[in-house]
Amino acid sequence: MIVGRLALKSLANRWPTALLTVFGIALSVMLLLGVEKVRNGARQSFTDTISGTDLIVGARTGEVQLLLYSIFRIGDATNTIAWKSYSEIAAFPEIAWIVPIALGDSHRGFRVMGTNGAYFEHYRFRRGQSLTFAAGGPFADLFDAVLGADVAAALGYRLGDPIVIGHGIGSTSFAPHEDKPFRVAGILTKTGTPVDRTVHVGLDGIEAIHIDWQSGARIPGQGVGAEQVRGMDLTPDAVTAAMIGLHSRLDALRLQRLINTYGEEPLSAILPGAALQQLWSLVGTAETALAAVSFMVVLTAILGMVTTILSTLNERRREMAILRSVGARPATILGLLTAEAGILTAAGVTLGGALLYVVLWFARPIVDSRYGLYLPIEAPAVDELASLAAIVVGGVLAGLVPALRAFRLSLADGMIVKT
Amino acid sequence: MNPRPAIAPAASDPAPQPAAPPNAIVLAGVRFQWPGQAGFGLTIEHFAVERGERLLILGPSGSGKSTLLSLLCGVIAPQAGSVVVLDTDIARLSSVARDRFRADHFGIVFQMFNLLPYASVLDNVLLPLHFSEARRRRVAAGRSAEAEAEAEARRLLNRLGLEAALHDGPSSATLSVGQQQRVAAARALIGAPEIIVADEPTSALDQTHRQAFLELLFQEAARVGATIVTVSHDEGLRPYFDRVVPLDSIVAIDRGRT
Repeated sequence: MIVGRLALKSLANRWPTALLTVFGIALSVMLLLGVEKVRNGARQSFTDTISGTDLIVGARTGEVQLLLYSIFRIGDATNTIAWKSYSEIAAFPEIAWIVPIALGDSHRGFRVMGTNGAYFEHYRFRRGQSLTFAAGGPFADLFDAVLGADVAAALGYRLGDPIVIGHGIGSTSFAPHEDKPFRVAGILTKTGTPVDRTVHVGLDGIEAIHIDWQSGARIPGQGVGAEQVRGMDLTPDAVTAAMIGLHSRLDALRLQRLINTYGEEPLSAILPGAALQQLWSLVGTAETALAAVSFMVVLTAILGMVTTILSTLNERRREMAILRSVGARPATILGLLTAEAGILTAAGVTLGGALLYVVLWFARPIVDSRYGLYLPIEAPAVDELASLAAIVVGGVLAGLVPALRAFRLSLADGMIVKT
Repeated sequence: MNPRPAIAPAASDPAPQPAAPPNAIVLAGVRFQWPGQAGFGLTIEHFAVERGERLLILGPSGSGKSTLLSLLCGVIAPQAGSVVVLDTDIARLSSVARDRFRADHFGIVFQMFNLLPYASVLDNVLLPLHFSEARRRRVAAGRSAEAEAEAEARRLLNRLGLEAALHDGPSSATLSVGQQQRVAAARALIGAPEIIVADEPTSALDQTHRQAFLELLFQEAARVGATIVTVSHDEGLRPYFDRVVPLDSIVAIDRGRT
């Protein structure tokens, strides 16, 4: 393979340019593969936000909206579920467990969620992982709070610190429940889900701080003290939503229909998986844009390579004349330049792939703990290999541009170069 | 990628041949016109070179010299007439076949910049063998063909006065112009092609180097009985050649036919 050897030698002779070209292609390939990895990781992390829950129940609303406010803590519920309905649903024989969710308060910009101890037991994320405590444990007292990892980190809380919950959801609350402070009883480990940004308190605690409130404001002259409240009935009137686990998943659709047509009040039940899919199809447009951008970057790198090769053609007419004089066909010249483009692209793709794994190796723990994005290190998938192969083919095809020009030059010049 | 001929030209056959015909090259009734170049063309009524002859064609540049060489070597084909080289009319061959024919039967030396700058001296000398099966066979028929080819390349380089230390080095960075010309000569000679064509081979050399270079080139060419066609504007080369013809006695330039 004289053509391949000559191409290699010729490239080696121009190694600084060749190296930069290879590096440019490598970086673009790394970006392309990296974006693909992050895309998959993000989708996986997204659909991993909640697992093991078969149904989510809330007041009558859209699927995505219910998912957004109950799991992602985005937006607000338009209505609540009466405690009576909640209790009736909880008594269905198909239901293995039910966890109430009460939203509406906040603490310094982080949502406060009222629930019960079962939440820490049944909430699952990322392929069935349970919540674990970095410090402390679940609620033991009426005024105990469990913080998500981001809350604790951002506000610098430690176990035992008092926190005051604000009424409503805003970073500065004008109506704090300062008369009934909570105590940090536990801090959860990082999950990469909205749980990290949530302050969890008991459902009865939520009820307790609102006991002397009506319509979003304190009832004047009826203050109930923190100690006083402990003796009272703290059963809530309503909850915002509920997470349900079933004995058999086969019952999910039937139960969903049952809840959706519930006679007492208008309710909605959603299958989290299906709703997540629907939500991702909305969010997914951004990832397509990202993929398009990284594809453009690869295109730019290949264009750069073509430009580099083209710019050398004039000074290499001599070289082509020499090759012609020893019997090389114009087709050999064509092959030589195409081979060069192929070698550069192939080297770039290989280097890019290797670089990606090196970067992944170092960045994975950081990305996981910082952004809750789990990026698996595994052998390239078939479609990744296919896109790498497509890049090499694209590089060779792009290499035909300077090659064809050299071909024509060499036909016109023959052995004589007038310079 | 191996340019192995589909039908080997008779002349490349190493089998013993009957008495060699007297002419290595015969051009007859050749008419050639460059495309595009507003009517620049030339006519060659008759021109022949004998086998084993050392011929010098004298003429200034711009008088059809390059075109004549391109026709001889089969880089271009005439619109009319015949270019018979070693009994083959290369004007009738396809361009691919002409390229192969050139690889098999021609050794070519340019005025300067003869070498691929990125290949070593040795690789530059070995280059023609990659394009010609016939020349490969003439150098080395045995099993260790590559080693034999390399040995022959080193022998030629030594004969032409390039010490062994330079053989594996880079070709153009360290060599003087004279040394580069000698590498080019070794490349032209390897595999014993029948015809050596040299285009102003000595114009980049000074007087003493010029003589030494030509003597070495001729010596090696004589060993294999090669025919030498040299084109130059340098009258001083006359004494080294068997025959000298002025370019304008061969070539009639057609200009401004527009």
